[in-house]
This record gives sequence, structure tokens and C-alpha cells, in this order.
Amino acid sequence: MPDERESRPGGEHAGGPGDGLSRPTIHASDGRGSAVSVAKTPADAPQLQIGAKHPRRAEVTAAALLVLAVLAFAGFGAVYIQGASNPWLGGTLGAGMLFFGAGTVVWGKYLMPRGPFEEERHLMAADPQQRADLVADFASRGRVAVQRRGFLTKLLAAGGAVMGVVLAFPLLRSLGPKPGLTLYTTKWKKGSYLTTIYNQRLHVDDVAVGGIVTVFPEDDVGSAVSQTVLIRYQSGGYAPTPFPERQSWGPHGYLAFSKVCTHAGCPVSLWEKQLGKLVCPCHQSMFIVADAAEPVFGPAPRPLPQLPLYVDSKGYLRAQGGFDEPIGPGFWSRGAGPQ
Amino acid sequence: MSAQMSERAYAWVDDRLAISRGGRKLLDKIFPDHWSFMIGEIALYSFLVLVVTGIFLTLYYVPSGSDTVYHGAYAPLVGQKMSISYASTLDLSFGVRAGLLMRQAHHWAADIFIGSIVVHMLRVFFTGAYRKPREINWIVGATLLTLAIFNGFLGYSLPDDLISGTGLRIGFSILESIPIVGQFLAVWLFGGNYPGTAAIIPRFFIIHVLILPLVIIGLISAHLAMIIRHKHTQFPGNGAREDNVVGSPLWPVYAAKAQGFFFLTTGITFLLGAFVQINPIWLYGPYEPYKVSYAVQPDWYMGWLDGALRVMPAWEIHLPGHMIPNAFFPGILLPGLTFGAIYAYPFIEAKLTGDRREHHLLDRPRDHPIRTSIGASVFAFYFVMFGASATDVLANYLHLDLNYVLVFFRYVTVVVPLLVLAIAYKLCKELQGTDGGGRRKRANVVMRSATGAYSTVPVAPHPGDVQAALEPVAIDEVELVPVLVNGGNGDGTTAPPADGDGEHVYRIPREYR
Ligand code: HEM
Ligand code: FES
Repeated sequence: MPDERESRPGGEHAGGPGDGLSRPTIHASDGRGSAVSVAKTPADAPQLQIGAKHPRRAEVTAAALLVLAVLAFAGFGAVYIQGASNPWLGGTLGAGMLFFGAGTVVWGKYLMPRGPFEEERHLMAADPQQRADLVADFASRGRVAVQRRGFLTKLLAAGGAVMGVVLAFPLLRSLGPKPGLTLYTTKWKKGSYLTTIYNQRLHVDDVAVGGIVTVFPEDDVGSAVSQTVLIRYQSGGYAPTPFPERQSWGPHGYLAFSKVCTHAGCPVSLWEKQLGKLVCPCHQSMFIVADAAEPVFGPAPRPLPQLPLYVDSKGYLRAQGGFDEPIGPGFWSRGAGPQ
Repeated sequence: MSAQMSERAYAWVDDRLAISRGGRKLLDKIFPDHWSFMIGEIALYSFLVLVVTGIFLTLYYVPSGSDTVYHGAYAPLVGQKMSISYASTLDLSFGVRAGLLMRQAHHWAADIFIGSIVVHMLRVFFTGAYRKPREINWIVGATLLTLAIFNGFLGYSLPDDLISGTGLRIGFSILESIPIVGQFLAVWLFGGNYPGTAAIIPRFFIIHVLILPLVIIGLISAHLAMIIRHKHTQFPGNGAREDNVVGSPLWPVYAAKAQGFFFLTTGITFLLGAFVQINPIWLYGPYEPYKVSYAVQPDWYMGWLDGALRVMPAWEIHLPGHMIPNAFFPGILLPGLTFGAIYAYPFIEAKLTGDRREHHLLDRPRDHPIRTSIGASVFAFYFVMFGASATDVLANYLHLDLNYVLVFFRYVTVVVPLLVLAIAYKLCKELQGTDGGGRRKRANVVMRSATGAYSTVPVAPHPGDVQAALEPVAIDEVELVPVLVNGGNGDGTTAPPADGDGEHVYRIPREYR
């Protein structure tokens, strides 16, 4: 299939590249599939004709487009000086470029030789002899260098290796601290007041049944890590929990969970009151509040950790302590504790 | 500048750089005319737009996570606490003349850049252009795609708005999910547990505007250098063979078309920037780690990742003291496997087919049903993932239970790629029967001789007819000379210039019309 013409005419024509003649040679088909090489004048070859059927029309089109481009660019200048709005600025500039581009495309497609032309291509594969020679030269010169210098060579390698390792230090290790405790702890501790984003301590009467508030420890308001959702699940008594040991964590019907999704860390901020579900807006994981925030839908693999609460003598909501597990998405040594 | 002066200037340069020594080779370089070769060019041009508009943005954008109170031109946010980054992006949008245009054009150019890379890659894949000797360039191209996606992600994190901040949070979690090293990488990169230190925005800024662009420019240069080395692939037909390239010469035909397409690309980008709002960060508000906006959707080229995160069942692997978190599977393993397969594909195919020859002629997709159906299937998989990133929007819009939509997508991600695999394979087999070889067929005339015998003869190409398939002309054997209007003599000589100063009109007499 590729070789439609019998042979690629090589030398049987006049006007090869190096013969000093500028008499062009083209290959014209005789129309029956078999190709012959004929020396002809350039003007005769259809390949050298411009692409347009109606050159005049193409020329006028290109000219019109370029005129429009000039006008649009000038318009951009004008509206820029006026301080016009974005659609005017971008409209004039973009339209100018579009006309400018279209004008040149018309020019290139219709007013230039339409071809097709061809050039030769040489296969990539190298000459095996050439390659073998170069490899041999490289190797023998290399041997000149390392002959009986085995010790030096080893030292060189050792130097390179040590350099490589120590360079990784500033490149990586300088970037930040070791994770240490940061992935395992929050600022919640025994006695922390539940504080709103407006720095107000929450009182037991502040939230109506069904209400939800984002709370922080007083010294970490606005924190990405300590953020916690507080929900008033019912008006009084202990909020329901499947875990007997958490009986005392939900006074006056309050429940508090880490707001950091156990899937990929988004703030779990939607509360579907009727269904008793917390929903993460990122990938729609759903957590049943009365079921200790058990995930029932979506990709979140673990419940949201629960913050144990108590109400102090003045009626303020406070934390009995921190979360009893690392909050948020998982990581490799989550279960092993800080190293 | 007169012709004489420019000639002297060129001689000055040539004496020092020996440009002419290569002869006419450079002017003669042939570019195939097929439209599908343009897609890669669009990627190149939109990268140039990114660099130019990006430099503009760097003059005004301030990379800083420190807090400030806004007192700018956008009234609804005046008096609000926000990061300096966010405030400077607002100022860039509302206070700097043409600033919003440049911002939106930058963002659109990023979308067009990555989109055209993807389509370009599909073209290369389905036509088998990655085969020997172009495997290295395939790898360079795939690397460019990953880096472009990364840089896009970093770019839309810079304004520090509510959506981009949420994206960063998810990015941190994905990085953190890598077994053994993830927690260190994440904490180091961000300078601490999420949200890290104030260093994070300046750090991402310098990666976005300097480090990755430099690497990308280096790889693009390598990509183009290899294209020049190998020369273009081409579809068979129209005289194209393994040992030639058929098309238009660099000078002047391709140069004109390329300049034209460059400005078409930039023009469309700026028109989009003018009329189609993109990333209106002032509507999202400044980032607060405890807030999130509803229907969070990343830029389209991250959509597949978002969809994969949603569709993944709630599994984790628990080992004593250790775990592999859920986000690892869609966030690291899936892209890792995909790009691993992309990198390895040329070698796997060569191994399985035992084909070690060089290929410069392209395949028709139908002639390679296995390759084509695998490619279509993988693409379908990612397409479904992309769709899955809209589960909540779909559920709202169609008034369906989110539950059903999610479960539907969980099945569909498995079923659709398999269906596509089978259908594409079958389709290829069916199409193979049809002929055409990728070129327009020449018309035949049926003739009846005097004795009543019928014969079929192909119509001779009519030279003025654009449809006619002409044999290619060897570019190094012709002189492309301008001929005066009505001035050609038909024997290769031209009439003397009419207006004395040597100005020719580039037009060739058309006796064949
Ligand atoms: C691979 C190429 C690049 C991609 C994919 C890309 C993508 C992006 C995106 C999506 C944005 C967000 C824009 C927004 O909506 O606010 C952005 C912002 C930005 N980019 Fe790029 N970009 C690239 C290269 C560059 C280069 C080369 C520079 C400068 C030399 C640059 C400078 C900036 C600056 C300063 C911003 C922040 C200003 C703002 O957000 O408005 N970018 N980039
Ligand atoms: S981050 Fe909450 S569902 Fe993904």
C-alpha cells in the first residue's frame, strides 16, 4: 500500500538538489496510477498552484479578516483607555486575535502552493558498526582512566552516594517538622470550654433541640484540626449511644463529634435533622448521629470520633477530655501511636 | 528595514552561528496536513498563553497566607478577614485594569491546555504513533500530562478561596494516605499537620510559577526536538511511505497556517475569558477550614479523581498498628496504575506482538481492534469516573435518592468499560471489511467498448480539483518562486517585475483551472 509508485525516481531526472540547476523537477502522475518522473516547469504542476479555486475571493476574504483584526485591536486600545469592563476588553482583544489568525489561515491555505510536498525520512536505527566503534572507544578510554585506580573509583562512588543522601536532607527534611504528636492529638483537653467561632462559650441552654453549632476549644478557635460539631439531639437526659461506656458523654441531649471527615478530611457540615444524619459535602458520606456517628453511606470508612461532654456547675458545656482516637482520615501508623 | 539591511543583519548572525550551513533543510521541513496533528499544537499554543498571562498575574498576585482585612473594590466582602492571597486575587480581578481578563484567560488556557493534551494523547494512542522509534516521546508526553494536572491543581489553590482550600484539604489526605511515607510527605510539604503553616501558599506559588513551568518547558523542548529528529508520522495514502513525509513545507505554507492557528487559539481563549465566567472566587468567599461550600467541584481535569473518591466503597485495610486508608485506593493506586500502564503500553504491545520494526505510517484504529478497544475501555472508565463526581448534583437535579445514584455509579464504573471493550472490538471488526485506507477514493468510470465489453477506469485527477489526490512533489527539488499576476509565461520564466522594486505578488498562473 505505501509504495504506490513503482519506484522513487532518484537520478533519472534533471535538477537534483546539488546540480546547480534551479530547474525544478516534479513527479506528476499520468492519471492511471503508475508514476513517471517528468521535468516540467513549476507553473504547470498542479501541486505548485495555490489552493484557492477563486484566488480573488480568497484574497478579499483574507484582507477583510485582517482589516477586522486591525479594527478590533484598535478597539481594544480604545476600550482599555476608557477602562471598560471585562467583556469589552476581552471581546475586542479576542476577536482581534481570532480575525488575525483566521486571516493568516486563509492566506496559508488558499493563497500558497497547496502541495502535497514530500521530503525524505531516514530510519532511526543506527549503523551497528558506528555504534560498536563508539562504545568500544568509550570503554577503552574509560579503562585508561580506571586502570589500576580501583580504589579511586570506589571513593568516587562513595562520595557520590553520601552526597546524594545528604542532599535529600535539605530538600525534604527542612520542609517541615516531624509529624510527632500532631496527627494524633487536638487541642481539646479536660475542661475545655465549647467555644463558637465568635469566641463565645456555649451554655447548656444556648442550643435548641435539633440545632447544630461548630465549636472549638477556647485556645484554638477556627482550627482545622480541633473543629467539632455539637448537636442538640434531644432536650434532656443522655443522648443515645450504642456504647455503654459513652453513657455519660452526651449530657442534656448534646452530642459532639469531630468535624473532620474520616474519608478525606472535609468539614462534615451538613445536618439532616429529620434523618438524624450528618453529611459530608465533599463525597456525601453520611453519619448516623444517634449511632455514635456510624457511617452508613459513601466512602467514609470510620465513625467520626466523639468528644465526651459535661455541663459544669455554671451550666457551661465543657469537654471531659480529648478524643480517644486520632481524628480525620487514616494514615499508615494511625494505630501505632506517635513515633 | 530595507531588504538590504535585513540581509546584512542576517549575514552578521550567520557568520557567527552558521545557520545557512544546514542549507534549505529547515525551510523544507514537511508537516503533514491532517487535522489531527493540530491538537498537539493547540496544547503548545495554550501553554504559551499560560506563560504570558501567568507572568501578568505574578505582577499583582501576592502569595501569602497571612490574614488581612479587605478594603477593596468588591463591596460585599469589604471588612472581612481573609488571607492576603485571596485579597490580592480580588484586587487583581476588580482593581487591576484587564486583570480579570488575564485571570480568566489564564484559567481557560489551563483547561484548554490539559484538554488538548488528553485529546492529543488519544490521537497518538489510537493511531499507534507511540510505536518504535517514538516510545520515549510517548513517555515524555504522559509526564507532561501529569505535570500539567499537578500544576493546574496548584494554580487553582493559589487564590485561597473556599473551594480551593477544600481541594487542598483533600490533597493533604490523599498524600497522607500513602503507606509508610505518606504522613511524613504530607506534613513536610505543608509544614505541619493540615492546614500547615503560612509557608504553604508561597511554597505552592513557587512550585506553580517557577519549578513546574521550568520542568514543563524542558520537557516540551525535548518533545519537539524528538519530533524534529523522528519527523512526523503520517497516515498512509497520498504517496505517504515509511521513508518520506508528505505535507506542507515549513516555509512559507506551514508557517502561515501555524501562525494562524496560534492566534485562533489565543483568540478563543481570550473570548472565553471575556464572556464565560470561570472561578468567580468572590462568590465562594475566603477559605476557612471549618467551612465548605455546597456542591464542591474541582476543575474538570480533577473530576475523575473526585468521582473515584466518591465511588470507592468504604474499605480500609487494617494491619496490627498500621493501616492503608480508604483514600489511598482511588487517590494514589488508581492513578498510579493508570499512568504505570500508560508508560508501559508501548513496550507491552511490542512484546506481545513481537513487532520490533520502526513505524512511521499510522494505523487506522479499526485495524488494531485489541489496542483500540482497550483504549476505548480505559477512556470510558475515566469518563464514568468523571460523571461520578456529580453524584450529588445529579441526585438533586433528577430528584433521586443519592443512594441510588451512588450505587448506580458503582456498578456503572465496572459495567460500562466492559461493554465499551466488547462494542469497540466488534465495531473494529465490522469496519475492517470496509475499504478506504483513510483517503478519499478516486471516482471510477465504467466504459463500454465498441465490442460491448465493460471496463472500469479511475478518473484521472483533475488538477484544479481540490479533491484529487495528487502525487507529492519532492520539496528539495522544486523552486517555489512567486509569479506575477498574469505574468507567468508557462515555461518557468517569469515576466520582469512590473513595478521595478522587485515586489512580487505571490500568485501562480492557473491554467489548470
Ligand atoms: C502548566 C501550566 C499552568 C497551568 C495548568 C496553570 C493553571 C492555573 C490555574 C487553574 C490558576 C487559577 C486561576 C484562577 O482561577 O484564579 C492559576 C493561577 C495562577 N497562575 Fe498559573 N498555570 C500554569 C502556568 C503558570 C505560569 C507559567 C505562571 C507564571 C509564570 C503562572 C502564574 C499564576 C499565578 C500568579 C496564579 C495566581 C493568580 C490567580 O489565582 O488569579 N501560572 N494557574
Ligand atoms: S471527605 Fe467527607 S466524604 Fe470525602
